[in-house]
Amino acid sequence: MDGFADAENMTGSKTSDRGFRVPQPPARPGEAPDFSNFDFGEPGKLPLLDAEAPVEAFEPFHDGLLRVLDMDGKAHGDWASMVSEEDLKEALTAMIRTRAFDQRMMRAQRQGKTSFYMQCLGEEAIAVGCALALRDGDMHFPTYRQQGILFVNGIDPEAMMNQIYSNKKDPLEGKQLPVLYSFKDNGFFTISGNLGTQWPQAVGWAMASAIKGDDKIAMAYIGDGATAEGDWHQGNLFASVYRAPVILSVVNNQWAISTTSAFAGADKNTFATRMASYGLPALRVDGNDIIAVIAATRLAAERARAGLGAVAIEFLTYRGGAHSTSDDPTKYRPKEELGSWPLGDPLDRLKQHMTVSGLMTDEEIAALEEAAEKEMREAENRAEEVGLVHAGEGADPAKMFEKVYEEMPGRLLEQKKEAGF
Amino acid sequence: MSETLSNTRSMNMIEAIRDAHDVAMERDDDVVVFGEDAGYFGGVFRCTAGLQEKYGANRCFDSPIAESGIVGTGIGMAAYGLKPVIEIQFADYITPAYDQISQEAARMRYRSNGEFTCPIVIRTPTGGGIYGGQTHSQSPEAIFTHVCGLKVVIPSNPYDAKGLLLASIEDPDPVIFLEPKRLYNGPFEGYHDRALKGWKDHEDGKVPEGYYTVPLGKAKTVRAGKDVTVLCYGNMVHVCEAAQAESGVDAEIIDLRSLIPLDLEAIEASVKKTGRCVIVHEATKTSGFGGELMSLVQERCFYHLEAPIVRVTGWDTPYPHAQEWTYFPGPKRVGDALKKVVEAK
Ligand SMILES: Cc1ncc(C[n+]2csc(CCOP(=O)(O)OP(=O)(O)O)c2C)c(N)n1
Ligand SMILES: [Mg+2]
Repeated sequence: MDGFADAENMTGSKTSDRGFRVPQPPARPGEAPDFSNFDFGEPGKLPLLDAEAPVEAFEPFHDGLLRVLDMDGKAHGDWASMVSEEDLKEALTAMIRTRAFDQRMMRAQRQGKTSFYMQCLGEEAIAVGCALALRDGDMHFPTYRQQGILFVNGIDPEAMMNQIYSNKKDPLEGKQLPVLYSFKDNGFFTISGNLGTQWPQAVGWAMASAIKGDDKIAMAYIGDGATAEGDWHQGNLFASVYRAPVILSVVNNQWAISTTSAFAGADKNTFATRMASYGLPALRVDGNDIIAVIAATRLAAERARAGLGAVAIEFLTYRGGAHSTSDDPTKYRPKEELGSWPLGDPLDRLKQHMTVSGLMTDEEIAALEEAAEKEMREAENRAEEVGLVHAGEGADPAKMFEKVYEEMPGRLLEQKKEAGF
Repeated sequence: MSETLSNTRSMNMIEAIRDAHDVAMERDDDVVVFGEDAGYFGGVFRCTAGLQEKYGANRCFDSPIAESGIVGTGIGMAAYGLKPVIEIQFADYITPAYDQISQEAARMRYRSNGEFTCPIVIRTPTGGGIYGGQTHSQSPEAIFTHVCGLKVVIPSNPYDAKGLLLASIEDPDPVIFLEPKRLYNGPFEGYHDRALKGWKDHEDGKVPEGYYTVPLGKAKTVRAGKDVTVLCYGNMVHVCEAAQAESGVDAEIIDLRSLIPLDLEAIEASVKKTGRCVIVHEATKTSGFGGELMSLVQERCFYHLEAPIVRVTGWDTPYPHAQEWTYFPGPKRVGDALKKVVEAK
C-alpha cells in the first residue's frame, strides 16, 4: 500500500540476502519528499452509505479514501450532505482556536514558561470534526494530539493553560505532565502517558453503556505508531466480539517520533483494512478534509448509537510539527515534507472552501483569527498571573499525597507529615 | 577491570553507553541493537546514535511501538544465539513487556533445565528529575529484583555505565540495565535550581577507550567513613555524597551498582564496621528494594547495629509533575537521616 522502500541494502548488511528487512521512509533529510506511493483517489467518488448499511458496503472504503473537498476548496459528492453550513462555521472557529492555542503554547515553551508542549499542527480537522459529530454524554478517549475536541466541547482555554503551567489553578493540581488533560465534563477522558492503553478502555466504556441500555457512545483515538501495541489488537477484538458502541479511530499521521507508519504495518495494508479484518465496518478518510471527517464520524456515531456496534475509521493525515517540543524532526525527515503533503493543510482547505462557496469572506475569517489570537493571549496572561510551575503560585505540594486512594492510608499520612505537610 | 587501558576520554553517560555498544558490536557480530527510535535516529536520548550507520540496519534497527514484541523477539534472538541489546524508551513503558521479561526471559534457562538460555540486555532510562511527570520518571527496579532469573544493574556514572554495560552484554543471563536519565548529562546532587555540572570535571567522566568491564555484583565504596554506612545506587549516589558533605557526618557511601547480583560482602563488612545504616533510593518506599536491603542487613549484622536502620525513599505516590522536588529524596532529607542515625543512642 502506502509504499516505503525497504532497507535491503543498508551498509554492512550481512543477512539481507535472506530477506531480512527494516522499513525505511522514501525520503530522509536532504532528499526530496516523496509521496508517490500513495493513491489518494478522487473527492466525491465513493458512494454515500446508509448508517445501517451491511458491513460489506464498507469494503470500497478500506483501501479507497473518503474525500469531499478537492484541493481548490470545492465539495463533491453526497457525503457533503451530512454536514451543514453551521457545522462548518463551528468547525472553522474551533480549528482556528486550536491552532491559535497551539501557537501560544509553543511560544510559551520557547520562553521557558513550561517544560513541555505537544501541538497538533496539520491534524486539527480530526479532533474538531469528531467532537462535532458526537454529543453531550459521549466520551472521547483522546491521545495528546486531540486538544481540538476541547475547543468544540466548551473548554475555557485558561483551564488548559493552568494545567500546562501546573499552577495553583491547575485542575489536576500538578499531578500530571503538561497536555495530559482530564476534562470529564467536556467529554474528555483522562489522557495516559502510556500509549495504546486507552483503546480497550474506550471499548469497555462503550460496553458499559450497552450493558446499561444507554445510548451513549465512546470514541477512541490512537496514533499510527501506537497501533503496534497489543492493546490495539485486543481493543479491536473486544469491540467486534461484544458489538460495543464505540468509534475506533486511528490517526495515521505518517510518523511516530522518528519512525514511519511502515513500522506499524501501514505499507502492507491500510489501518482500515486491518480493523475490517476483525469484522468491523471500516472507513478510510481524508483527515485533512473537515467535511469528510464530520460526515464519516457522524455516520459512525449514528450506527453505533443504533446498536449496530463499533465502527473503525482511519484518518489519513500528516504530523505537521515536531513530535513534541523535545524533538527535532530535521534529524530524520526532510524539512520540506510538511509543505508537500498532497492533502494539504486542513485549516487552509476549510478557509478556502468557506470563501469559494460564499459562506464567509476573507475579512470575516481574518476577524475570527484575530479574535482567537486575542482570546489565547488574554487567557495566557491570566494563567501566567496565577503562576508557572517554577514561579508564582504553583500547585500545592501537599496535594501530591492526595487521591492516591479515596482515603489516605495511615502510612501515607505518616509520609505526608514527614514531608512537612 | 579485565584490561587496563591508559587512554581515557571525557564522556557523558550517553556517550559512554553508546561507546559500550560500539565496542561490543565491533568485538562480536552477534550483538544486535534495537528498540523504538533506536535505529536511524539513534534513540530519543541518542544512546545508539551512529550505530546503524556504522554496522548496518541488520544490526541496529528501529522497532514498532510494542514493548512486549520488542522483548519477545529479543528473547527469540537470544535463544537462537544472538546477543540482543534492546532499548525500552522509558522504564515507565516496560510494563507491556513484563510478561515476556518475568515469565519468559527470566525462566528460559530454568524451565528448559539449561537447554535454552536468554542472554539479553534490556536497557531503559529510569528515575526522575526531568519534569517528566508520572510516565517518564518511575524507578521500577524492585519489580525486577523480585523475579528470580533476572539480573538488575544501575550505573551512576559514565565509567561504570560503559563497563557494566559491556559486562551485561557478556553475561549469560538476562540483565535489566537501568540508566538514571537525570545523570546522562552530568552528576546531579538534587538541586534542580543550580547550574548543571557536566561529567567533564568528574573523575568518573574519564572513560577508557576500547574494551573493559566492570563486573556485576561488585559494589563501589564512593566514600570511606566510619560512623554510618549508606547504601544507594543510581541517581541517589550523588545526592548521598552531597548530603554527606553538607551534614558533615562521617558516612561510608556504597554505590551498589548492581542489585542482582548483590555485593553482600561489601555491605556486611561496612555495616559491621560502622554499626549504623541508611538506605536511600528514589523509588517508592513500600516493597522497594530498600526493604530487601534492610532485611539482609538485619539478618547479617543485627548484633553489630547500634541504631535502627533508616530508609530515605520516594513517597508512596505516583511521581507527580509539579511536586517533583517534594517527591525526589534530596540531600536535605538524606542529611537529616544521617544525623538522626548517628545521633541515635
Ligand atoms: C507504551 C509506550 N511506549 C512508548 C512511548 C513513547 N512514545 C510517546 S509518543 C510515541 C510515538 C507515538 O506515535 P504515534 O502513535 O504515531 O502518535 P503521534 O505522536 O504520531 O500522534 C512514543 C514512542 C509511550 N508513551 N508509551
Ligand atoms: Mg503518528
